[in-house]
Order: sequence, then structure tokens, then C-alpha cells
Amino acid sequence: MTTLLEVKNLKKYFPAASNTLFNKRFLKAVDDVSFSIKKGETLGLVGESGCGKTTTGKTVIRLYEPTAGQIIYDGKDITKVNMLPYRRKMQIVFQDPYASLDPRMTVGDIVGEAIDIHNLAPSNAERKEKIITLLEHVGLNSEHANRFPHEFSGGQRQRIGIARALAVDPEFIVCDEPVSALDVSIQAQIINMFEELQEEMGLTYLFIAHDLSVVKHISNRIGVMYLGKLVELADSYELTFHSLHPYTKSLVSAIPVPDPKESRERQRIVLEGDVPSPLDPPSGCRFRTRCRYATKICAEEEPEFKEVRSGHFVACHHCCE
Amino acid sequence: MSEYLVDIQNLRLSFFTPAGEVKALNDVSIQMKQGDVLGIVGESGSGKSVTAYSLMGLVPEPGRILSGSIIFNGHRIHEMSEKELRQIRGNEISIIFQDPMTSLNPVFTIGNQIEEVILLHTDKNRKEARERAEELLSLVGINEPKKRLRQYPHELSGGMRQRVMIAIALACEPKLLIADEPTTALDVTIQAQILELMNELKEKIGMSIIMITHDLGVVASMCEKIAVMYAGKIVEYGTAEEIFYNPQHEYTKGLLLSIPKLTATEHEKLIPIEGTPVDMLMPPQGCPFAPRCQNTMKICLKEMPPYTDINEDHYSACWLLQKQAYMTMKDGVAR
Repeated sequence: MTTLLEVKNLKKYFPAASNTLFNKRFLKAVDDVSFSIKKGETLGLVGESGCGKTTTGKTVIRLYEPTAGQIIYDGKDITKVNMLPYRRKMQIVFQDPYASLDPRMTVGDIVGEAIDIHNLAPSNAERKEKIITLLEHVGLNSEHANRFPHEFSGGQRQRIGIARALAVDPEFIVCDEPVSALDVSIQAQIINMFEELQEEMGLTYLFIAHDLSVVKHISNRIGVMYLGKLVELADSYELTFHSLHPYTKSLVSAIPVPDPKESRERQRIVLEGDVPSPLDPPSGCRFRTRCRYATKICAEEEPEFKEVRSGHFVACHHCCE
Repeated sequence: MSEYLVDIQNLRLSFFTPAGEVKALNDVSIQMKQGDVLGIVGESGSGKSVTAYSLMGLVPEPGRILSGSIIFNGHRIHEMSEKELRQIRGNEISIIFQDPMTSLNPVFTIGNQIEEVILLHTDKNRKEARERAEELLSLVGINEPKKRLRQYPHELSGGMRQRVMIAIALACEPKLLIADEPTTALDVTIQAQILELMNELKEKIGMSIIMITHDLGVVASMCEKIAVMYAGKIVEYGTAEEIFYNPQHEYTKGLLLSIPKLTATEHEKLIPIEGTPVDMLMPPQGCPFAPRCQNTMKICLKEMPPYTDINEDHYSACWLLQKQAYMTMKDGVAR
């Protein structure tokens, strides 16, 4: 399989309110993250709120301009180019289906906007036909095209969001927590739809979510982020069953399993304390303040993100001892 | 006095909105003994929060209780005045909310907010109240309680705020703690801390807990009894084991099949529940789940199914179970 997207040393800093006049402070939302996604693959990104997973997703398609680093899409460096032609190839589905649809536009116009921008339909009739095909593709019907977002339930709105992303016939979609706002019984519908669309259209996903069960279900590989850093990246089974980084281990063990017997037998690693402020991250390894294996070296040196087994990357001083 | 701590009988509650009547609770009955941990699961709008709030006499406008009774610890909640209710709330029964960011008052210190409850319900003086507040903060695992008491909510993280909420709720050692999605707004590692804390405190204080959540993982790890709600009705009730290993209602079965399991070793396709949640303004006639059910029969569309007892501690409202019961009975007669 060929690599579709490659991200090298990506950084995204946001300026933060400074404590003194001349000392500018930055919030390092994404700090030196590298990964690649193959064509047709789903890469999952998990982590707690504020770890930079959404920022990574948005920077990769340049909704945020990267502070440093390189984004290579299909062999071409897109870090500084005009994105318009690439917007046809790279799309995004947002988390909140209530906030990401313009309440004053009809569903037809929401889906059709991208068709207009990229001149994908020469005539009005073709535009209409295209919109209807897209709506049907995501399990809605032609009659829905003239309605407004408020008339739909959360799950249906997320379908509209997906239809909008599909309108330009993209190759790559960033799915930014697309199911977290939905009811459990609806989540499965949307997850299945993502899988079916992928099979049908050969899509590549960057799937961002905080729910590891969902991410593991849909992804081929998973990356775990903590305070702006990628701490572990591996095949999704390898990551859930043979994780190496202490943070990943605790993350996996902290997830309540929907099975009373299993959950009684499970060993939980409960982490102490809270995530430190990203404005003032700990020196060396960022996880060390909550890690029970932390030693002197963890405070002094930042662990290198290296491949320890085939395809299994991890950034930790002690995990391979 | 009844043997139950909580005894809700045939509660019907409606919201009279400008758009029409929303039957939020439709004949809900719940019994709980002292020390029980009950989980209420269901999707948004299924009435799980309303059930729990009504126990505290919190029925927001334009809601009205139409019929039924709510008895808590011998108090007839549905007949009590606001003044009488205030004696109970925060004292015998307390609640923690989903969002610790908005449920604390930003202009008072943590200390003020914990002491308020103590001063209101006990005859402790200010100094004793402060000591008790300090004790509570260490009970919920907050370091340096003396310093924290002087801080404001914005100075604490989400997990810490939820701990403070729990401290406030426990101030008077309530008989019942209602936890309304207490960990939904928190990260997984923080969620694990809070769940562990609640488990510990339950052992220590011996209170009952009603846990409202949509996360089946959370109920599996916390609750002994589970009530599954759909469209304002308890569609299935049983022990955690019965609900997870022997589900009877089609909705419960569907729910269990539709969640991805972290511990699955092979990729299994999820089986979603098709359709959309019920429009509570226009609920279907008959069984509310019928439009989304795979095994709908004619009668499901016409009449609400009665409860069928599966065993002593397990019942469910589904016509399929009635049919099975009828079939076995008929077989018995024929033989």
C-alpha cells in the first residue's frame, strides 16, 4: 500500500496571554508529531481533552496553519500551497452536528455548497440530482433536501455532515469525534456507515475520538496523544492488548467494559492527579508527573519516539526494560 | 413504614410545552432498598433524569405529576411543600450533576459552598462546619484541603470540581445519592478516579446510589440493579448479570449489540438499532420501541405491553415475552 499522507515533525503553537509584556508565551497544542497514513487505511487518534488530537486533525488539512513541520499528501508537500484544489481531496466531519451546520441553509444547500465552489455540476438539474444521490448515499432521502437542520435528530445531522464531506468525492476524511455527541444506539449506525463508505469508495480516514473502544473498532492503527505529543503508535490490536507506554496502559485499563463479570476481574491502573497545563508542560517526558515508573532521566531528557517492534512506535525511557 | 428506601409507584409526569404535551414518564415504578446501587440507562430524552429528579421533588416547569406516588424514606415527596422538601434535599438525599463546571457557584469559595450545606442542615457552628468541610475534602481525595477551601471553582480542574461536588453531596451523609451522568464530562482516566471514589464511599458510608448514565460500561462496573428506560418507560429491569447476560427486551438486546467492545479480539461488525429515537411530542401508539424493533407484531403497534416477570428480580415490557408465556401455557394445557 502506498502512503497517502505523511506528517513530519508537525508543530502547532497558539499564542497565549503573556504574563509579562515582552515574554510571549505559546500553548504548544501539537509539538513535534510525525506519522503517516496509507491509502485506504484508518488511523485512529486517541487522547484526553486538550491533548492536541483535534488540533492535529485540523492542522493536517490546514484548517490551522502549521507552526513548523511538513505535511506531504500523495507525494506533494502541501504545507504552504494553495489548498483549494486539495479541498476536493481532503475533507472533514466535525464533532458537533448541532453547531457545524448553518441553521439558515437548507440541507440541499449545505451539501450543494461544495459542489458550487468546485463547479462539479454544470447545470441546475445535475446539481440537484447529485445532492439527492449524496443524501441517499448516507441514508437520507430526496425530500430532506428542502428542510432545515433543526428538523433533524443528532444522528441525521451527522449524516448531513458526512454527505457534505462526500460531495466533492474526496480521498481522505478527517473524522473529528464524529460519534461522541450521539446516543449509543445511533453511534453504531454512523460507525457502520463510515466503514461501508470506506469499502465502497476506498476512503482513507484519520479518526479522532476520546473513546478508545470506538477508535479500536474502526481503526487499523492507533496513535495515542498526551499533552501535544504522540506517545505510542501501533496496530490497533497490538495497542489495546500489548501496549507499552504506561499512559496507554492506564488509558486502556481505565475504560469501563460493558460486562459485569469482566469489569470485576479487570485490573485497573488508576492514574493519580490531573493532566498538567499545556502552557507549562513538565520538562523531559511530559507524562512523568503522573507516571509511577518515572526516574531522574525522565525529567532530564525527552524520550525519543522510536520503533521498538515492527510497526510499534513508543516514546518512553523505561518501557522496553 | 415500607421496607423500601425508595418507592416510586406508577408515576406519570408530563411537560406541558407550547408545542403540546410531552409524556416524560409513563407509568414508572421503582423500588430500592437501603444500600442498593441502581443504574438507570437510556438515551437522551428517555426520562432517566426526570425520574431521579422527581425523587427530590425537582419537577421543572412546565412539568406536572399527573398520577402516582413517590415515597422516599417514609416521606411522601409528591405531597410535600417546597419548604418541607428543602429539609430533605442535601440532607437525606443529594445529587451530583453531569457538568461540574456549571454546578458550582463561581463567586463563592469551595469552603463557602460546602459549609453552606452543613450550616443549613446541622446545628454545627461556623468553626465546626469548616472542620467538617476540611474532613470532607480529604475524604474525596483532595490534597491540601485547607488551601483548597479558600479557592474558587475556576482554580480547580474538572476532576477536582467533581470531587468538590461529591463532597458537598456527602456533607450530611445522605441516605441516597443521585449521580446524574457524573463522569460524562470527564476524561477516561479522571472518570476512573471518580468511579473508584464513589465505590469506596459507598462502602464507607453505606448509602444508596442511583447512577444515571448512557454508558453501559459505567453501569457494568458500578451497579447491582439496572433499569433500562425508553421513551419514558422502564422497558426492562434486572440485576446487572441478568441485563448483560440474559437481556429480554429487544431494545436492551440491541443496545448491547451496538456498542464496540474494547476486549473483542476480532473485528465484529456492529449491529445498530435502526431508525431514530422517539419524537416525544408524537409518541407512537402501543410499544414506543415498535417502530425500531426487528420483531414487531401487530399488537405491538396497538397496545402498550404489560410487564412480564422473567424471574424474581427481572422483568421486562415486551409483547414477545407475553407471547412466549402464552405459548408455554397453552402447551401445558394441551398436554
